[in-house]
Amino acid sequence: MELQTLTFIVVGLTFALYMGIAVWARASSTGEFYAAGRGIHPVANGMATAADWMSAASFISMAGLIAFQGYDASLFLMGWTGGYVLLAMLLAPYLRKFGKFTVPEFIGDRYYSQTARIVAVICLIVASITYVIGQMKGIGVAFSRFLEVDFTTGLFIGMAIVFFYAVLGGMKGITYTQIAQYCVLIMAYTIPAIFISLQLTGNPIPQLGLFGSVADGTPLLTKLDQTVVDLGFSQYTAQKGGTLNMVLYTFSLMIGTAGLPHVIIRFFTVPKVKDARSSAGWALVFISILYTTAPAVAAMAMLNLANTVQPGPIAAADGALEYEARPQWFKNWEKTGLLTFEDKNGNGRVEYRKGDTNELKVDRDIMVLANPEIAKLPNWVIALVAAGGLAAALSTAAGLLLAIASSISHDLLKGIFKPDISEKGELLAARISMAGAIAVAGYLGLHPPGFAAQTVALAFGLAASSIFPALMMGIFNKRVNNTGAVVGMLTGITSTLVYIFWFKGWFFIPGTAMAANNASNWFLGISPEAFGAVGALLNFTAAILVSKVTAEPPEHIQHMVEDIRIPKGSGGATGH
Amino acid sequence: MSTQDTSGMAYWKANVRLITICLVIWAVCSYGFGIILRPMLSGIAVGGTDLGFWFAQQGSMIVFLVLIFFYAYKMNQLDRQFDVHED
Repeated sequence: MELQTLTFIVVGLTFALYMGIAVWARASSTGEFYAAGRGIHPVANGMATAADWMSAASFISMAGLIAFQGYDASLFLMGWTGGYVLLAMLLAPYLRKFGKFTVPEFIGDRYYSQTARIVAVICLIVASITYVIGQMKGIGVAFSRFLEVDFTTGLFIGMAIVFFYAVLGGMKGITYTQIAQYCVLIMAYTIPAIFISLQLTGNPIPQLGLFGSVADGTPLLTKLDQTVVDLGFSQYTAQKGGTLNMVLYTFSLMIGTAGLPHVIIRFFTVPKVKDARSSAGWALVFISILYTTAPAVAAMAMLNLANTVQPGPIAAADGALEYEARPQWFKNWEKTGLLTFEDKNGNGRVEYRKGDTNELKVDRDIMVLANPEIAKLPNWVIALVAAGGLAAALSTAAGLLLAIASSISHDLLKGIFKPDISEKGELLAARISMAGAIAVAGYLGLHPPGFAAQTVALAFGLAASSIFPALMMGIFNKRVNNTGAVVGMLTGITSTLVYIFWFKGWFFIPGTAMAANNASNWFLGISPEAFGAVGALLNFTAAILVSKVTAEPPEHIQHMVEDIRIPKGSGGATGH
Repeated sequence: MSTQDTSGMAYWKANVRLITICLVIWAVCSYGFGIILRPMLSGIAVGGTDLGFWFAQQGSMIVFLVLIFFYAYKMNQLDRQFDVHED
């Protein structure tokens, strides 16, 4: 069957599945809309969390990042998984015991301060919006590349799907669709990886193949090191960046992950405190299946690419691939602009080198998207990759939109402006906020602002420097009071934002950067993306110092903290 | 009520001790073996590269998983021991 027809069928089937779930899992109360009625089994929640967490970037871009950065990109692997250890031990069980609906609500109650709650809402909205723009772009790209549908049309289709199940079902609908989306995306990711691993190393398990050997008996990674060094690049397995930066970058991603509201609220959906602990483990099981496959895909795809464009020795005049003899996948991806060849020396050969003589530009996304074609897999696998990329983008977008919508309807409207709103009124407000959030996200997807590419720095920087410390101190330090928390959060955000803007331009406006964004200008070699960890440290320090010199929190707050520390007495959703 | 309070305190202390142990292992395996101590481990070969690379791209994630389930298991025991478990 024609690839495009097949892709339409596969993607259409998955969409029909999501719609079916939406109709079946409608929300009838705010408890269901915000927290799926707190009846989700910990394993099911783990699966939903995995889909919620793994975005278009994880699915499409991460393996490519690793392929081109080698060892240095390990920080994404460790950083985006290590946060679950922190969630399981430092945040999720206690926040579940607290038993409310949003992250700013905990901050507002614990620090008995509307200011603290509003600061948290602002951080949440900025971090989530930045993040959701990336997903919207991913949806549009998947449609335009695989289905050859116009980008705008693709985006509208994606928005309509999310609208249907997120507005109808809230957290309940989102949870069940995320479970289905996880199944789609993990199949789409692992099937091509299994085949490539078999072809290259003879081992069907990519995780083992990565540390296995290629046909001639050389270990895969040794072979890859030699190959890229021959082309003039540095060794794949060697460290290129600074150690301090790598440690802080990893740490920022870890505490940022633990502090991202759309991830935290997933743990409000399980029935018990002990389920919140195990559910974080299950989430990491499902995430690790993809995250341990990614480095294998990266190394194998890189080796395949290098061998394709450089079949012969480097020194030989006919060592590089003849452009006229290029394979079909090469032609396909040239059309998308993700692969571009410029014959600088006019010899008709594709010379992939480091530096100015390089003639081949490879977009990192190709490493996953073109993988099945490079491995000559059947068309249905390619169709599945399209459906998988869409599942990854849609599931993350829905989770983010719910976090935004609930902080508007629950924190701002019910919490601050109209506390006497009825349950029915709040549910309606939640649905309207959700619809509004989808519209805003769609608009920003079509007209991406300059900072769209800065998702990692901005979202993780904010979550790491403001939300994570506020939550952790709220649970582990009874002495931190309202003034301390607000001063701490503002110190964390301000220092992190100023550092990011210093090198990337004020509010990311081009030309306003105070210094060129490179390692020689960075403070102690710390990149803007890694600064969230420093911001968090400043937040902790400021909050504890200020709390020491001001009055201790009132007794009922101290009792509240004692109460969330023990599992006993956790009930269902508190309607309030 | 006072016995409840002291048992709550003891429970919290036990919890914090367990978290500290887990997070030390968490840090040593990822930041330690995966990054800072990698040069020291470079002599130990694993599948065409060294142990530090394995920890950075695979091992640390396995350790994280084991840690969470270990913590969840131990906490279920502590919950019962200090009589603070649910239902």
